[in-house]
Amino acid sequence: MATGVAAWLPFARAAAIGWMPVASCPMPVAPLDHRRRQDELIVLNVSGRRFQTWRTTLDRYPDTLLGSSEKDYFYNEESKEYFFDRDPDAFRSILNFYRTGKLHYPRHECISAYDEELTFFGIIPEIIGDCCYEEYKDRKRENLERLQDDQEENKDVKLPHMNFRETMWRAFENPHTSTMALVFYYVTGFFIAISVITNVVETVPCGSTATQKDMPCGERYTVAFFCMDTACVMIFTVEYLLRLFAAPSRYRFMRSVMSIIDVVAILPYYIGLVMTDNEDVSGAFVTLRVFRVFRIFKFSRHSQGLRILGYTLKSCASELGFLLFSLTMAIIIFATVMFYAEKGSSSSKFTSIPASFWYTIVTMTTLGYGDMVPKTIAGKIFGSICSLSGVLVIALPVPVIVSNFSRIYHQNQRADKRRAQKKARMARIHLAKSGSANAFLLSKRNGLLHELLELTGANSGEQKLSKSSCFLESQHHHLLHCLEKTTAHEFVDEQLYEQNYLEAVMQSFPAARRASASSRDAVTPTCCGRRSKRNATALPNAALQPGPNQQGPLQELSAIHIQCADRPSRSASRSKLNLKADDVGRLNCKAGRITTAIVSLPSPPALTTPDGDNFLGPAARRPPPSSPGPSIQTTSSSANVVKVSAL
Amino acid sequence: MAGCTTRCRQGVLKLIQSVQRLLSGSLAKDNTDDELEMTTVCHRPEALEQLESQTNFCKQELQILYRGFKNECPSGVVNEETFKHIYAQFFPHGGKFLHHHMCFSEQISHGFVSCVADASMYAHYLFNAFDTTNNGSIKFKDFVTGLSILLRGTLREKLEWTFHLYDINKDGYINREEMTEIVKAIYDMMGKYTHPALKGDVPQQHVDAFFQKMDKNKDGVVTLEEFVIACQEDEIMMRSMQLFENVM
Repeated sequence: MATGVAAWLPFARAAAIGWMPVASCPMPVAPLDHRRRQDELIVLNVSGRRFQTWRTTLDRYPDTLLGSSEKDYFYNEESKEYFFDRDPDAFRSILNFYRTGKLHYPRHECISAYDEELTFFGIIPEIIGDCCYEEYKDRKRENLERLQDDQEENKDVKLPHMNFRETMWRAFENPHTSTMALVFYYVTGFFIAISVITNVVETVPCGSTATQKDMPCGERYTVAFFCMDTACVMIFTVEYLLRLFAAPSRYRFMRSVMSIIDVVAILPYYIGLVMTDNEDVSGAFVTLRVFRVFRIFKFSRHSQGLRILGYTLKSCASELGFLLFSLTMAIIIFATVMFYAEKGSSSSKFTSIPASFWYTIVTMTTLGYGDMVPKTIAGKIFGSICSLSGVLVIALPVPVIVSNFSRIYHQNQRADKRRAQKKARMARIHLAKSGSANAFLLSKRNGLLHELLELTGANSGEQKLSKSSCFLESQHHHLLHCLEKTTAHEFVDEQLYEQNYLEAVMQSFPAARRASASSRDAVTPTCCGRRSKRNATALPNAALQPGPNQQGPLQELSAIHIQCADRPSRSASRSKLNLKADDVGRLNCKAGRITTAIVSLPSPPALTTPDGDNFLGPAARRPPPSSPGPSIQTTSSSANVVKVSAL
Repeated sequence: MAGCTTRCRQGVLKLIQSVQRLLSGSLAKDNTDDELEMTTVCHRPEALEQLESQTNFCKQELQILYRGFKNECPSGVVNEETFKHIYAQFFPHGGKFLHHHMCFSEQISHGFVSCVADASMYAHYLFNAFDTTNNGSIKFKDFVTGLSILLRGTLREKLEWTFHLYDINKDGYINREEMTEIVKAIYDMMGKYTHPALKGDVPQQHVDAFFQKMDKNKDGVVTLEEFVIACQEDEIMMRSMQLFENVM
């Protein structure tokens, strides 16, 4: 039933006449309604689809966008309608909410898109009617789980400042992050397997000796097995202690299931060490050895499937509990019945009700060992009823458990698949995004080129370069340009930046310059890569990649050199570095070349690079003392070398 | 004796039928047949022109009223539960929370002062006042007739309507008990959180004041004429009655 208060307010006010004779004080003055009395149709244009409704319909819910004056912001004077640039399909259910008072969730709609629409129109999702609320909540929960899965993947990312303890914990939790962790992972796995196999082989009869026949291997080669056991326990103990040390919250770690399994696995050994002297408790000591089999549960750290199984059992605890309870009930009932039915027959195995429990369990699970069989007719009848009902009782909760397992398993599969696809996805997204960053540099060079051409007087009619960028782009580029002017540094692409930086470092060791030049041309990718990596740690913002130097020469080869006549080859600031770099190959080109020092944009947030610049700037300027002040003149016409390189 | 035999025979037949259905596996299927007759009844109002002539509203006003009415009650009638629910929405702490707990029972509104405001008793009396045909539901015609009197009627009509509201058992007289009920229902709509705090005997004082004013011949009941005359003498009340004329 719609609960639009506004529609019935006139009625409620009219009915207030009934209070008048009872009232003891005069009434307050009624507010006057100056606005139009007539109800009018308003047109809501949502992305071209026109919806029309009465104004009073929308006024029913004054705390939403359409019901308040907020919609005036969307009023279009010329067409006398309210225009919303939103999804018209989702708008249908929103408008129906105003009409009927119930908000429905269309099943084909994506949950986050729908949520966004609701937020935009100021409607809280809790109003969704009961018919659709459950579906909405389920989809929302699924979506949240999916997002959580994605967030958990980020824990693989190495944080910049992790101390030793955190690194170790990360290595323990995600073995594939470093080789050491992987080695440790495999070693512990191997020792778990060894330990389990040892336990098993210990009991196999090993052949007879002179003193006794058919001893189990454990007693024949006591020392060997003891050594093996000791070694395994050593490894497990060390592992446990290391985990305990590295855990971020030691208390929580000690309470977790895996650590309890670890403790239970190694404790019998230590207890055994303490207790070997006393003969009386050696029986208990033997029992304790049973607990060594728990070492096999340590495999669950290594196996995803085991973890899923454990998680399923945990989540189906209520179904399992129900199964157990109903089975117990049935067992007791049938055991009693069978006992009394078989009481009459002689030499019956059904000596007591607890003795009949065994028969009932074996029959209900359709095992039927045959060690206890009913002999009387009544016993046989009840025995058959017992086995029939056993099948039913066990078959009922099993599908629930199976479906739970299937759901969790598929969720895990999905998570794995997403993780695998994620890398490729992120790479493609990065590529698309970096295109926009490079657009700025490209347009700058085009702008420079254009200005140079104007300067040189050649091709003054070439206007097409500046027209290639649209207005939005030009505004964006203007913004970046302003930033450059503010900080008196420039944006440059990655490769040139690395090149410049490395050469700046090289220049502090002039003897090594030859080495640097040679290293540029030489085929030693690893050593240069390593060196650049070391440099990278000093500049956390610049994302240097190993082995950029091979591209350096290639880049220079692809560079277009524009020779600007009448310009003395004086260089300013960092451009001097390029000059020095180029002099190996291009000392011949004496005419002025304008170099733009271009600092790379490693990632879309381009604001990190000024910091990188600052790192580079002073460092670069210190070694060559003859270089002038840090003024960067790119567009000015003083002697600069332009190297417009193709990216 | 014959009735007994027929009943036995019917019982046996039914048993045989259910055993047949049990064996064929269709035991649960026939329950829906009985419910087909309980379709919702849809009422249509009279024609627009007819209502226009019978009430004091113009066509547009009737249109607006009907649209609101039909929106709230698509089946065309309001039953008492719905009416109470709608009316309770207007009073703080009243309708919304009570709706979810469904405590519109009589026990709560009678007797002790309820902790939440309870508009259900007054809504009940209102419902009876609107439901002139006394069939437990308000159709659009009743609704509009009542509103026409309240908003566009003459003073005499309004007073008569109010008298009929107070006269719970419709016997033509208002006695003390009826008035006490009405006043208590009105005070119930206020709820507990008032300033100054409500004391138990305040409704009684109010009733006494009312009877003081209205009951001219002191016979313990108020008739329609007494009521009308007494109200016309009261200036404040006259002014208050005109208050709601521009509600529509």
